[in-house]
Amino acid sequence: MNTLLNNLDLFTTGFQNTLILFFFSAIFALILGTIVAAMRVSPVPAMRAAGTFYVNTVRNTPLTLVLFFFALGYPKLGLPEISFMTAAIVGLSLYTATYVAEAIRSGINTVPVGQAEAARAIGLPFSQSLRLIVLPQAFRAVIPPMFSVFIALLKNTTVAAGFSVAEAGAIRANLSERGEPAMAGLLWVALVFVVLVFLLSLLQRYFENKWKVAR
Amino acid sequence: MTTDAQATALVDVDRVNKHFGQLHVLQDINLKVSKGEVVVVIGPSGSGKSTLCRAINRLETIDGGTIKIDGKLLPAEGRDLARLRADVGMVFQSFNLFAHKTILENVTLGPIKVKGMKKDEAEKQAMMLLERVGVASQAGKLPAQLSGGQQQRVAIARALAMKPKVMLFDEPTSALDPEMINEVLDVMVQLAKEGMTMIVVTHEMGFARKAADRVVFMADGQIVEDAQPEEFFTNPKSDRAKDFLSKILTH
Ligand SMILES: Nc1ncnc2c1ncn2[C@@H]1O[C@H](COP(=O)(O)OP(=O)(O)OP(=O)(O)O)[C@@H](O)[C@H]1O
Ligand SMILES: [Mg+2]
Repeated sequence: MNTLLNNLDLFTTGFQNTLILFFFSAIFALILGTIVAAMRVSPVPAMRAAGTFYVNTVRNTPLTLVLFFFALGYPKLGLPEISFMTAAIVGLSLYTATYVAEAIRSGINTVPVGQAEAARAIGLPFSQSLRLIVLPQAFRAVIPPMFSVFIALLKNTTVAAGFSVAEAGAIRANLSERGEPAMAGLLWVALVFVVLVFLLSLLQRYFENKWKVAR
Repeated sequence: MTTDAQATALVDVDRVNKHFGQLHVLQDINLKVSKGEVVVVIGPSGSGKSTLCRAINRLETIDGGTIKIDGKLLPAEGRDLARLRADVGMVFQSFNLFAHKTILENVTLGPIKVKGMKKDEAEKQAMMLLERVGVASQAGKLPAQLSGGQQQRVAIARALAMKPKVMLFDEPTSALDPEMINEVLDVMVQLAKEGMTMIVVTHEMGFARKAADRVVFMADGQIVEDAQPEEFFTNPKSDRAKDFLSKILTH
């Protein structure tokens, strides 16, 4: 307990950064992932190919490499400078978006094809049949895998610690510098993560119930 | 009369070919349907009837030939195609009502989103159509709460809401319990009487006799016969048709 109380400053900034990383990466990944999923079911072959290429390459790259690129490779490209935090958000978003895209695509596949055909038959263009007919029905099936993706994202934020972002995973290293027992620090960090994941699961249950009624 | 009808064909299918891999599902199909005409398409399972229907509103691509609706060539994918599709109403064997929308929303969605109709105007029109097919009292329910026959009548109303130039029906009654078939056929007969141009895939000979101007018999991806209903049923010319009719008549 002392480890926690004596170093509350480290813990608060650490988890604050974790939550910032998580929140922004989750939003960007959700937006990008939805677009990529739409590309992957698009009637235009080039779109499908681009979506598939993106998912296959980024998803098969270890997250550390993706973050490595943004933290160390990107600054050498001579593009506008970005903070480590921004770089970490970009990296995490791009990486997580591939998983979001696959979760949405699997949800889309649970919607009978007749729904999209009927939408097309009354003259809705692809984008509208997806947005108005298919996606609303896919959401319910998407929620469990989507929350797995977000829980993974929450934990993946710790990888950013290795790239100078002082989020929760970095707390332990900083504690060692202050001469605190490493084990205690580690346990506290783990405990807070368990609580955060639990909160996410509650949110998941809420959404599952909500969409069940809507069906 | 035929040359005149061909000149003004509303649906003009010209030498259309379609393959599914090795399978040649549509082989040089020619079919002209003039305004107000009701054509029943009949034939054994796998003969390509559904594929022909789906090709006509481009749910299925074709490998060769042309399909014109009211003189306009079906465009490739995109907004133009979406707009032209609205001219062709389609009723599916499995209804395909939008499962997450109410009956009323099913019928208003197209007019609002595709035609830009005002919501209250679209609802007024939808209620009239639902009245016409006899399911107005169900307007607030979800599709799953309706019987098959009711769902199919809603599907007809949904298609009619787009004011299509031609209606395609792909076995509209074959997923229904026997006691519900007539309520759907009655709506279709009424529609035919009102002058709607219709292409109907069905094995309901009662409907063909009552409402059809022509019966087209398909087998193995080809149109084998194209005749008046009475003539086709009483005096089929090809062996394929004779064989097919003897089978469905004994059942
Ligand atoms: N998407 C597809 N991919 C491959 N083959 C297909 C596809 N759709 C249909 N077929 C095949 O094409 C042939 C014609 O199918 P179609 O559905 O047009 O027949 P049909 O006359 O409507 O038969 P039914 O009376 O059983 O509905 C069949 O052999 C079918 O197996
Ligand atoms: Mg069929």
